[in-house]
Amino acid sequence: MTLSQWLPIEAIRTSVAASDWRAAITASGEALAASGATTDDYTQEMIETVEKLGPYIVIAPGLALAHSRPSPAVHRAGLSWVTLATPVAFGNAANDPVDLVIGLAALDHDGHLEMMSELAAVISEEETLAALRAAKSAEEVQSVIDSVTQ
Amino acid sequence: MKIVTVCGMGIGTSVLLKMNAEKVLRQLDIDADVEAADIGVARGMARTADVVLTSADLADELGETSAKVIVINNFTSIAEITEKLSEVLG
Repeated sequence: MTLSQWLPIEAIRTSVAASDWRAAITASGEALAASGATTDDYTQEMIETVEKLGPYIVIAPGLALAHSRPSPAVHRAGLSWVTLATPVAFGNAANDPVDLVIGLAALDHDGHLEMMSELAAVISEEETLAALRAAKSAEEVQSVIDSVTQ
Repeated sequence: MKIVTVCGMGIGTSVLLKMNAEKVLRQLDIDADVEAADIGVARGMARTADVVLTSADLADELGETSAKVIVINNFTSIAEITEKLSEVLG
């Protein structure tokens, strides 16, 4: 079981142009929808999460984990991966600016734990994360992920 | 020992933080239950927890609690989680 199962190539975008945090989350929502994990409505739900609860989704330097709660807009658990051409501020003092937005959708609170465990393994390794940030194409992102999760 | 990791929705950042906290606790050889919760549930759980791990944004929303609240800036940093947990649990 590898991360690619939840992060298919359709859900990966590199060097995306985004002018602000809303545009960055929108790109990650489009990638989730492109892979079939969610409908377009989920994008707005992810933006509302930040409007309501603040930029806490910026969980590490330069890294936002965009997500909302399980909803009818979610078809299945899944991830998207968007690197930005130019980093944008989310308003998180500790971790701005953001150059990587990982979109996350879940059907419930427990069904995606294996996915989260795989994701944690990938983004908690500094060298892997650096290689993923430097990747210039979706294929390159996927090949780095496959090399560490198989 | 009861530890609660808190995020807005209870599915993303708190789950990630729970996984990394469990890894750190194993390394420190500390026996603890770690639960992930969203901010609504966490306000109740924080009353019975010993330690709450969360972000700076959400720490303010927790309200009154006798638990030790630890603010984590980098949820993916095993080093930061280890340092801050060790300080409190020493």
